[in-house]
Amino acid sequence: MKLRHEPGQMLVVDDNRVNRLLLTRALEQNGHQVANAENGKIGLEMLRAKSYDVVLLDIDMPEINGFEVLEALLEDEELRYLPVIMTSASDELDRVVKCIEMGAEDYLVKPLNPVLLRARVNASLEKKRLRDEQRRLFRTFATPEVAEQLLRDGFSLGGKYVTASIMFTDIRSFTTLSEKQEPSEIIEMLNDYFAIMFDAITANNGTVNQMQGDGLMAIFGAPAQDDQHCEKAVNAALEMIELLKVFNEQRVTQGKTEVRIGIGIATGKVIAGYTGTQHRATYTCVGDTVNLAARIESHTKVVGKPILIDQYTHKGISAGIQVEDLGEVIFKGKQQAIRIFSVNS
Amino acid sequence: MPVIDKTTFDELKQMSGDDFINELIDTFLEDAPKMIAEIKSGYASNNVEVFRRAAHSMKSNAATFGASQLAALAKELEMLGKENKLQETGDRLKSLEEAYDSVRSELTRLKS
Repeated sequence: MKLRHEPGQMLVVDDNRVNRLLLTRALEQNGHQVANAENGKIGLEMLRAKSYDVVLLDIDMPEINGFEVLEALLEDEELRYLPVIMTSASDELDRVVKCIEMGAEDYLVKPLNPVLLRARVNASLEKKRLRDEQRRLFRTFATPEVAEQLLRDGFSLGGKYVTASIMFTDIRSFTTLSEKQEPSEIIEMLNDYFAIMFDAITANNGTVNQMQGDGLMAIFGAPAQDDQHCEKAVNAALEMIELLKVFNEQRVTQGKTEVRIGIGIATGKVIAGYTGTQHRATYTCVGDTVNLAARIESHTKVVGKPILIDQYTHKGISAGIQVEDLGEVIFKGKQQAIRIFSVNS
Repeated sequence: MPVIDKTTFDELKQMSGDDFINELIDTFLEDAPKMIAEIKSGYASNNVEVFRRAAHSMKSNAATFGASQLAALAKELEMLGKENKLQETGDRLKSLEEAYDSVRSELTRLKS
């Protein structure tokens, strides 16, 4: 990915004309497109009207000063990720420190050092591009809320261990179901079905990370950290069953077969991270917990219950959720017995 | 101490180019009298904020051109403003104007 030294859209906010001219000139010489604002008020208006890549912000300005502009940007959902480089005199470093603590990206001392200017602007541009790319990626597989939360709280692109609840769902007897229908009907049914499942998952802060045929896998508690991931996962499962009832009522009136599903949830440590290429990346989880969730989902067929959870998920849910203890099960390929609970819908 | 520090000025010129340095000097010579007027009016009306901010701008621009003495004087005034001690200004306003006059002559001469 070539990110360095590509030109960007800059905004220089400074009440002093010589400073504005000089900064503008220096940035233009580095190939950037530069706009100017002579005070914080105009600067904020411009930032809200058009998109910029980096802002160079003076601290000491009349009307709205640099602190106030920075504060307004950080409170703005759209503008909080815009890198802000504070520009200040060398004897105001205490104020610069305050800005960095508030959330400014970097700072530059006036009079300008062109080499430093170039380096810091390029570094900020690269951060901006990375953030934009991340936001774009997130929005393709997470809700905007999850995407925003991730960006706000920070995360690492590399893999790491996280504790999460993993959910697998599958349509019961899908083969039999599909044999009775036209291909176009099957696709339509799947689309409606997935829409329902996605609603229930995203409404509970989960992220769908895999769809395969009629099955899907969702993660709760990652990539966005959520201490309530067990409860949220189970709530999502309950909502799925609830929504499916309505879906089936419609199908019955249309003379179609009802859709039955199985949901398996397991909680534990997983290795989570981004996999893929620049153009297609996905957040994924691997590990024993993932395998266990898939096994538990299959187990719904054995016991004839729609929602099954493992003992670790059970530990994390509130007493208000009604469960039935099904005892210990030794799953294929596992050494240890796992206590399984059925959630009453 | 030279009125304009040669190294600083040459670096600025090298960075900005011949045409641009002239524009920059013209801008400063146009704005500086306004800053001095604001410092004086801020002093006369005891408006600390106007006084301090104008001195701050003058300090910043003087430093950009390498006008070290002017920058130092402006910084002293800025500090007086910050500490709310305008009564201690003394004859610094006069010194500032004199320093600026020298800077103006020198910058005008340096324009190519």
